[in-house]
Amino acid sequence: MVNFKLSNELSLQQELYRKFAETELKPIAAEADETETFPMDVWKKVAKYGMLGIPFPAEYEGSGSNNLSYSICVEELSKQDASIGVSVSVHTSLCSTPIFMFGNEDQKKKYLCDLASGRKYGAFGLTEPNAGTDASGQQSKAVKDGDNYILNGAKIFITNSAFADTFVAFAMTDKSKGTKGISAFILEKGMEGFTVDKDIPRMGIRAASNCGLAFENVVVPEANLLGKEGRGFGIAMQTLDGGRIGIASQAVGIAQGAINETIKYVKERKQFGKRISQFQNTQFQLADMQTKVDAARLLVWRAACAKDAHENYSALAAMAKLAASEAASDVTRRCVQLFGGYGYSREYPVERMMRDAKITEIYEGTSEVQKMVISGSMQVK
Amino acid sequence: MKIVVYIKHVPDTNEVKLDPVTNTLIRDGLPSIINHDDKSGIEAALRIKEQVGGDSTVTVVCMGPPQADVALREALAMGCDNAVLLSSREFGGSDTLATSTIVAAGVAKLDYDLVITGRQAIDGDTAQVGPQIAEHLGLPQVSYAEEVVEITNDYIVVKRQFEDRYHIIKVKLPCLITALAELAEPRYMSVAGIEKAYATDITVLDYEAMKDVLPLEKIGLNGSPTNVKRSFGKQAKGAGTVLADLTPDEAVQAIIAKLEEKYII
Repeated sequence: MVNFKLSNELSLQQELYRKFAETELKPIAAEADETETFPMDVWKKVAKYGMLGIPFPAEYEGSGSNNLSYSICVEELSKQDASIGVSVSVHTSLCSTPIFMFGNEDQKKKYLCDLASGRKYGAFGLTEPNAGTDASGQQSKAVKDGDNYILNGAKIFITNSAFADTFVAFAMTDKSKGTKGISAFILEKGMEGFTVDKDIPRMGIRAASNCGLAFENVVVPEANLLGKEGRGFGIAMQTLDGGRIGIASQAVGIAQGAINETIKYVKERKQFGKRISQFQNTQFQLADMQTKVDAARLLVWRAACAKDAHENYSALAAMAKLAASEAASDVTRRCVQLFGGYGYSREYPVERMMRDAKITEIYEGTSEVQKMVISGSMQVK
Repeated sequence: MKIVVYIKHVPDTNEVKLDPVTNTLIRDGLPSIINHDDKSGIEAALRIKEQVGGDSTVTVVCMGPPQADVALREALAMGCDNAVLLSSREFGGSDTLATSTIVAAGVAKLDYDLVITGRQAIDGDTAQVGPQIAEHLGLPQVSYAEEVVEITNDYIVVKRQFEDRYHIIKVKLPCLITALAELAEPRYMSVAGIEKAYATDITVLDYEAMKDVLPLEKIGLNGSPTNVKRSFGKQAKGAGTVLADLTPDEAVQAIIAKLEEKYII
């Protein structure tokens, strides 16, 4: 991306994602939010056209594209429906990617092929009721028992959990070793003792699935240990680095979606005998907002390109997520303001976008966590 | 079964927007798309391929400047197997007759059991090129296809739209059909399909490659007898007048009176 232009392949993929989102997501987004229903029919189409395996090679039944394309996909979907955007992000970045990066060949054949082809859906279980930003405080435990581990504990705020088939989940295998005592496991839906709770009522991304998990003496075969025992914390942190590209893309999508809706509205709405787009306040607000969103998008693309080039992208992804999520919250709030009373009403989508934006500053590392990662990379201690 | 689909890359007239301030057309950045009827033809071809199976292939053909490459990539990304671009400076300025002459020469170089074109293009609205290709190739043709009722290796049964009825036509292969947009709702490209599309070589046939069958005087401006006198938008036809309960003699009188009133006779 020397000249900031997308290649022909990426342009055509962007066209696919955009058209798909406008045709399939736009008509259903408001109702899915209102009724807090995950749109499974649309989700199956997302899978059918290869949007659940974008950055993985054909060898594992992926679409054979890259992380930049994946980022563009999450942005385009999130312009219309941020719930579907985060579902694609979690499936791809948080479940398929750690299996791709840390799984052995058997695990990739058994789990990644189904995930990358979209036959099965993925989730990620790190956060616990008492371990959020301090993920090292894992209370879930996995105890070795012959060829198995016996897993006990609970997870919370697990995106995709109501319908996921495959979970990458974390638990303490040796509490005395602190973060070096955490291990990662691949769990399957339906394992005995593994239950998924009801959806947690939320402010935004209400169409997504987000539940708690409970593990009660779940027998996990040793073959489902992801990476080596005790390496789970590193796996979680590296996985979240990639996840931040997805969430940053979601945030850019929400913000751009809100701007697009607002441009349409201000050209129609008349007050004081003029279209409100003719007022300089409207013009300058939108100019300011678009500049922020473009800046955030370029940071996201830089991080995605660095990941594709196998460079260290941890701080780049953190900057992208910090900038994009703060832009999304700010932009959507200002878009509601430009709409006035109609923006606050549920007749228009900007209030949903404002509610959806907030979570991007919280999940997969709060803005404060991003600042820890960025300042750490600057050696500011 | 070898299926060839001829498509046209056209300006997206749905994207034409009026500037709310000046009320004029915004022409900048008007994107080009695969013509709607032609895209439906691609979908129909892909479904026939999936249904017939075996070593069936779909080859998509487009005539146009090098920028038409993207239309062929899109067709490949939907699932077409091969793509051919008919492109040459000598082809510029061709009307429907010269175009169909060139396309027929290109298609003649391919294996085919079934040729599908769109009914008409949204930028010209002539509906001439498909039927002309069939004539050049000496193929039986069914225009205005709205449904493929049955397909075998020997024949195809097509439901053909007509003004106030439809026809069910059974025709031997090889043949040509022209597709209506409603023949088949096109699928999306797939992400992997786009990757494959850009890994596939597009065959380019230029004048040099076809000059044995393409006399210069039959192509381009020289081969185009059409002169465009005037361009105009579509006019609504109106519902027409129905005269009911007339005897044959009264009906004749009524028609003659109408024709005289309009100075037609």
